[in-house]
Amino acid sequence: MIDINESVMQFLLAFVVVGPLLGAVAALLPAPPGLKGKSPEQAVLRHGVTVTGAVLIAAIVLALGFDHDQPSRMQASTDISWIPALDVRIHLGIDGISLPLLVLTALLTFLCALYSYFKLPEGPAPKAFVALLLVLESGTLATFAVLDLLLFFLAFEMVLIPMYFLIARWGGEGRSRAAWRFILYTLLGSVVMLLGLLLIGLKAGTFDMMALATDNGRSLTTSVQVIAVLAIGIGLAVKTPMWPLHSWLPDAHTAAPTVGSVLLAGVLLKMGTYGFVRILLPIAPDGFRTFAPYLAALAVVGIIYGSLACLALAKQGAKGDLKRLIAYSSVGHMGFVLLGIATMTPTGVNGALFANIAHGLITGLLFFLVGALKDRTGTTDLDTLAEETGAALYGKAPRLGGLLAFAAVASLGLPGLAGFWGEMLALFGAFQPAAGLSRPAFLTFMAIGAFGTLLTAAYLLVVVRRVCMGALPQDAPRLTDVRGYEFAAWTPLVVLTVVAGLWPKALLGLSNPAVQQFLAGGTR
Amino acid sequence: MSSPAQSLAASLVQSVDWLAIAPPTLAAVVGLVVLVADLFVAEHRKTLLGWTSVAGLAAATLLLLPLRDGDRSTFCLTGDATACSYTADRFTLVIQFLVLGGALLAALLSVTALKDARKELPEGEYWFLLLSSAAGAALLPASRDLATLIVALEVASLPAFALVGLRHGDRKSSEAALKFFLSSVTATAVSLMGISFVYASTGTLYLTQVADRIQNVDGQLHTLAQTGVVLTLVGFAFKTAAVPFHFWVPDTYVGAPLPIAAYLSVIGKTVGFSGLILVTVVALPSYADVWGPALAALAALTMTVGNVGALRQQATRAYSAVRLLAWSSVGQAGYLLVPIAAAAYSGDAEKSIGSTVAYALMYGAVNLGAFAVAALVGRTRSLNRVSDYRGLYASSPVSALLLAFFLLCLAGLPPGIIGLFAKVTVFSAAVDAGLGWLAVIMAVNVVIALFYYLQWTALLFRAPEGEPEKHRVPAPLTAAIALTGVLGIALSGAPQLVLRFTDTALF
Repeated sequence: MIDINESVMQFLLAFVVVGPLLGAVAALLPAPPGLKGKSPEQAVLRHGVTVTGAVLIAAIVLALGFDHDQPSRMQASTDISWIPALDVRIHLGIDGISLPLLVLTALLTFLCALYSYFKLPEGPAPKAFVALLLVLESGTLATFAVLDLLLFFLAFEMVLIPMYFLIARWGGEGRSRAAWRFILYTLLGSVVMLLGLLLIGLKAGTFDMMALATDNGRSLTTSVQVIAVLAIGIGLAVKTPMWPLHSWLPDAHTAAPTVGSVLLAGVLLKMGTYGFVRILLPIAPDGFRTFAPYLAALAVVGIIYGSLACLALAKQGAKGDLKRLIAYSSVGHMGFVLLGIATMTPTGVNGALFANIAHGLITGLLFFLVGALKDRTGTTDLDTLAEETGAALYGKAPRLGGLLAFAAVASLGLPGLAGFWGEMLALFGAFQPAAGLSRPAFLTFMAIGAFGTLLTAAYLLVVVRRVCMGALPQDAPRLTDVRGYEFAAWTPLVVLTVVAGLWPKALLGLSNPAVQQFLAGGTR
Repeated sequence: MSSPAQSLAASLVQSVDWLAIAPPTLAAVVGLVVLVADLFVAEHRKTLLGWTSVAGLAAATLLLLPLRDGDRSTFCLTGDATACSYTADRFTLVIQFLVLGGALLAALLSVTALKDARKELPEGEYWFLLLSSAAGAALLPASRDLATLIVALEVASLPAFALVGLRHGDRKSSEAALKFFLSSVTATAVSLMGISFVYASTGTLYLTQVADRIQNVDGQLHTLAQTGVVLTLVGFAFKTAAVPFHFWVPDTYVGAPLPIAAYLSVIGKTVGFSGLILVTVVALPSYADVWGPALAALAALTMTVGNVGALRQQATRAYSAVRLLAWSSVGQAGYLLVPIAAAAYSGDAEKSIGSTVAYALMYGAVNLGAFAVAALVGRTRSLNRVSDYRGLYASSPVSALLLAFFLLCLAGLPPGIIGLFAKVTVFSAAVDAGLGWLAVIMAVNVVIALFYYLQWTALLFRAPEGEPEKHRVPAPLTAAIALTGVLGIALSGAPQLVLRFTDTALF
């Protein structure tokens, strides 16, 4: 859109990745004179807002400077040798697939930092909180920006320790167990993934994703591809999460502090699906084709399983936890993403990438709202909240109730909002899967997936009815309605949800050329 | 003198390249000097001995610098210039650097430990034993014949037994020493027997000649040669503390003074695996089908038993921190064995060996760092339980952050980037050699290990019980912690510094 010098773009991308890391180190040091603020706590939280804000601005400038006429070309790329012995290169770059995720991550982290500035989660000193948040941001951004398999693995692992501590130190009930489950599951997945990455790198002779994608699996035998896809796929599927490897997720989401849940659902899960699109599809297409039907089958099982679990949790008397419910709904939504990827068609993969972003925006918003609800009522238990008739949030705090209803409706995929396009395209892709994939099987998956959307609508509407509606007793205390800072943190998400719903071309136009290119077999 | 006699003498007397053998020699000489000086130094100036030893080890390490081309050998056969007893090639130099640097760090820890022990440990003997053991360990990677190898192995181990049992009147200490001694001597006897078999079937002790001649052993002697190979390996497997020869480790580490435990955990292992590398890759490459599977199985067993053992440690038991480090070092020894096993299968054995060397360098730096922090904590909490580390961040933030960093390096997770990439090289050696099953077992072990490392790490940042007490950290301890910390962080930024050994010629 605007013309920015290539070396400035390179610097901006490097800054986006390294900036938060430097910020994390700075957060641990005592504040310099002049920046001490009212108290050390306030100073360090403000530091967090400043750094994430700077990163967000850099990401937005990157998006503006991105050449939107050639989204399939790697832009702002840097390529420096780092560890020649292992052939690891610091290779950074963004294209139409990674750019939206990069901006989403920067945005969500900034909003989280802003939210924490006003509403610090209960727990130990905020110093470590800010430092961990920044390391987490750096790891996530690096995952989306690097183009080297081993560096990807490094970035993938970098988020584990900060997320572990965020859950274990600032989390709610059952946090220790949840944090352990999170880190052990993901680590087991990712070491298996490492084996697959090494197999590809050693057999193909390079770890560079661009070179491997251009090669399009031609220098790898089918058996190597099959083993590599299995190993890498397991690692990514744990992160995504794919049914039946999802069982760490509900606990982690429930126990994590609000900010942790937002980032976990909003961006960390995307690292898994991004890996599928960035690594498996272009680098090992033959191996992926072998597993695509199984992936699709597990994806639709995830969709149905997630929705049924949510329905069960939403039922009266089930003592369902709202956070847990949203966590399970993520399993369902990520099922659509995986289904889209498994079709191996441009339509499906574009839909998956779109659903990725939409899920990040909507579920991020949902977790923010539920966190706010917990602050006000002290509970996220649906039965306690709703009692007999319903929580009547519309009456007690009309704006909060309205926003919650909006987010729920967006999540169920109402046309005109972000949730709609991704899932529709994913199903549409399954209607006509890529050549070599069984069409009857995918038609069945499509039908089951479509049924899943109905179930999704059902439980989200139940939630809206039980939380937002209900009779308002005369003497009921009114709850604080949406505060100023909450508006500030949530408005961008609401606006983007609407924009993405009304103007899907903005995102699809970015991802489509890149997806077309690698599905057609490397460079066109 | 007549000229024939002169020429005979010339053919028998080998020329000695003093510079090449300077590093281990200097360590040994300083050891002797300290032992003698102990008799003449007044009681209140005994710390001088410690600083002399530290300076000696530092000088020995520096003496590696002029050798860094790695092209010197000495004590060669006058007839055959390729058969040498002592070779200072790249492999030798790297291992010598690891051994002497490790001993230097252990010595820094010892200075404080001896001061705190207040005359319970005899200083002169202590330093003499430490330096002689280090000299033996530095000699070992350079030795290229089986006799020198065994001599070096014994020079490295015998003083270690004494060091373990040095605490006067401590029952646990002497029991540990006895345990260590008996099992070690048995292992040495076994490998001596193996070496004699190999000698019997090949007629030479030089490793390169063994490698040649063992391929055409007389059919009758075939079984003898094979038995010899297996028995020789057993001895070195013991020194690496590979399962099932690991049982002495936890008790020995707990019974020994802490710096000695640190010394054994790094230098003891280095001695074991460098001996193994010399015997397998240099002397017996043609027997790869025997030692390859054996070492692979040994590696898998060792890492699993070590990590499960570490996992079972209770945080509140006495000395559990040292116990945990002991078991984890058994687990780490398993990772060190993986590339050696892979060398049997891959076309490029040196590349695999490079992975072991790179991993050992990383392990040496961060493990000694962890021990240094443990020594610091042990000064105030003499029981050194894992639970004593609770809230360390509140009382000394820097050492807590560094310990967390060291532990995460050992676990192989960022921010311990060097730990991660060292594991990646080991994995890649295994995958490259087609040892997929071993890689998967190692992957599971990495996850098990993370559990106990991270549990300990998390404990450091918990709220402390009671007021945090501030203590002055003695200078030598500070130096040791700072040195290992700087090393670990520098390596994390530039992993190439150690990983380059995976793609340069070592031998």
